[in-house]
Amino acid sequence: MTRMPPWADAVIVPLVSLIIAFLVSGLVILAIGEDPVRAMTVMVKGALGSTYGWGHTLYYATNFVFTGLAVAIAFHAGFFNIGGEGQALLGGLGVALVCLFIPWPHWSLALIGATVGAALFGAAWAAIPAWLRATRGSHEVITTIMFNFIASSLLVYILVHVLRPQGSQDPASPRFPTETRLPRLGHMMESVGIPFSKSAPANVTLFLAIAACVLVWFIIWHTRLGYQIRALGKKEKAAVYAGISPVRVTMYAMLISGALAGLMAVNSTMGEANRLINGAAEGAGFIGIAVALMGRSHPFGVALAALLFGFLYQGGGELSLETSIPRDLIVVIQALVILFTGALDNMVRWPVQRMFAAAKGGK
Amino acid sequence: MDFLTVLQLLDSTLRLATPLLLACLAGLFSERAGVFDIGLEGKMLAAAFLSGAIAAVTLNPWLGLMAGILASLGMAAIHGVASITFRGNQLISGVAINFLAAGLTVLIGQHWFELGGRTPALLSGGRFAPITLPGVELLSGVPILGPIYAELISGHTILVYVALACVPLSWWLLYRTRFGLRLRAVGENPAAVDTAGVSVVGLRFAAVMICGLLCGIAGAYLATGLSAGFVRDMTAGRGFIALAALIFAKWRPWQALGATLLFGLLEALSNRYQNIDLGGVVLPVQVMQALPYVLTVIILAGFVGKAIPPRAGGEPYVKER
Repeated sequence: MTRMPPWADAVIVPLVSLIIAFLVSGLVILAIGEDPVRAMTVMVKGALGSTYGWGHTLYYATNFVFTGLAVAIAFHAGFFNIGGEGQALLGGLGVALVCLFIPWPHWSLALIGATVGAALFGAAWAAIPAWLRATRGSHEVITTIMFNFIASSLLVYILVHVLRPQGSQDPASPRFPTETRLPRLGHMMESVGIPFSKSAPANVTLFLAIAACVLVWFIIWHTRLGYQIRALGKKEKAAVYAGISPVRVTMYAMLISGALAGLMAVNSTMGEANRLINGAAEGAGFIGIAVALMGRSHPFGVALAALLFGFLYQGGGELSLETSIPRDLIVVIQALVILFTGALDNMVRWPVQRMFAAAKGGK
Repeated sequence: MDFLTVLQLLDSTLRLATPLLLACLAGLFSERAGVFDIGLEGKMLAAAFLSGAIAAVTLNPWLGLMAGILASLGMAAIHGVASITFRGNQLISGVAINFLAAGLTVLIGQHWFELGGRTPALLSGGRFAPITLPGVELLSGVPILGPIYAELISGHTILVYVALACVPLSWWLLYRTRFGLRLRAVGENPAAVDTAGVSVVGLRFAAVMICGLLCGIAGAYLATGLSAGFVRDMTAGRGFIALAALIFAKWRPWQALGATLLFGLLEALSNRYQNIDLGGVVLPVQVMQALPYVLTVIILAGFVGKAIPPRAGGEPYVKER
């Protein structure tokens, strides 16, 4: 079969898949008796029509950048890390311990501490599935799913029995000290004279997410480790023949993946909630799958896809307030995006390939 | 713990193991044919919703069961088209199906009944009623055996007995029929099956559809047998526990019964006791909830007998040209 140009594979195929996913979503909205055009207007207005909306959209997007990058780097190594949710929960625990038990003088130092804590705890939670995969061949999909459930039980136990303040009914940690409070985007914009909503949760972690994108891009395409990760993902036998240790590279790839998923908690637990709550990952670990698939595992694509899902999340919230469409519409859209850009990828790719082949033959 | 408590505990074990068993056997057919399925959860959820909805509207659990099976078959068809026809990633397709079911059930449920995603509570007419087996009266005077028969064996809904009957049936189908041999072969070495002139695509679709059928029954049991009506996310991870049981059972039907009964017992224990005191050491309920997953990871790690999945699992079959 003739090959199509790389740009077609990277742009046309996901774009067409995405359009199909949204058309089907529109049909779903029609089927429950609502107007898709009006739904779209409400979503755009709610998510992008004000700095308050933007502040939420960017907040959600920050979460999804981390979890999306986590899934993406695992994809490059040929692994499917469904454990982002559990790793993000553990990352939250890391953030909470760092913020609660170390007296930080200033938020900037606390941010560094929390980043290290979140990354370490997230990576630790990925370490066992990674090690089992590397040395015992246990499928990482199943083990990471299992670890999601184990993480959620563990977190409930720790919140109820260890971190919950005395007399509180709520399974949550105490509030973090005020010194650890991260500056919100509104405050940062104010200092340079741009008016921006201060009640929206987007915060300085957004820049950490952008830095993570650049870092992952650099690791994957400009380091020896990145080359080894990609080689392992393409063909394990060839990688081994080239002298790459699959155990070592598997461990590195999965640990980086877990650390990235854990970092999400810096944004949500430290930047927004200011305490560790039950179920803090809010399903963002799973949205990372959709984000990575849509972004074709490229950090730039992941950032764009995360922004789109941030928009969907905020817009979907507004939608449930202003119309009778439940928030769960976003779950359906998310499912359709995963289905069409992921599982049904070839449904679009094959016809596009044929089109290119026909165009070439016609010349 | 007295005798009656033990009986009640085992009784609820059986009830709670039923959906796990059906879903586990469903996954067994699919994965034995070489199609990984992490979408058991979604298929069960879709079936639970539609069976609950239809049973609530028609007050007939049998129509509900049919509708549930249809919903699950629909989801299975998506999985088949994505992973067999278009050779997509089976795991990603499974993830998509789980989310699709989670979202659609609430969206349609809210549009239909406006109860926040629930279906109306089923009155006795819409549910499967417990069946009293013959001979309960006769044995009621016999010590030990009488209560065991009355409490544990008799008094379940028809779907519990269907699930139990599915175990020998699956074993027979997989190990004693030509179809079963081919189905297992297609999960190990599809090229050999293809060379023998048997359709790989056809066999895999058949397996995926059997999986849909069994998940449909499992979902219907949740909404119209175990509970009275559908609530959002009512499968609550059961699809993944079934998946864990499947690995625990090393992809074999009788062992699947054992594994699901064990996981059912763990669920029954954690429902009944918040904390279990083991002579000084107190096991919190979260340990019981996490135990099936921990056990599965240990089994997967191969420290206690290695669980080896079907060889061609997860790979789409491409015919050589």
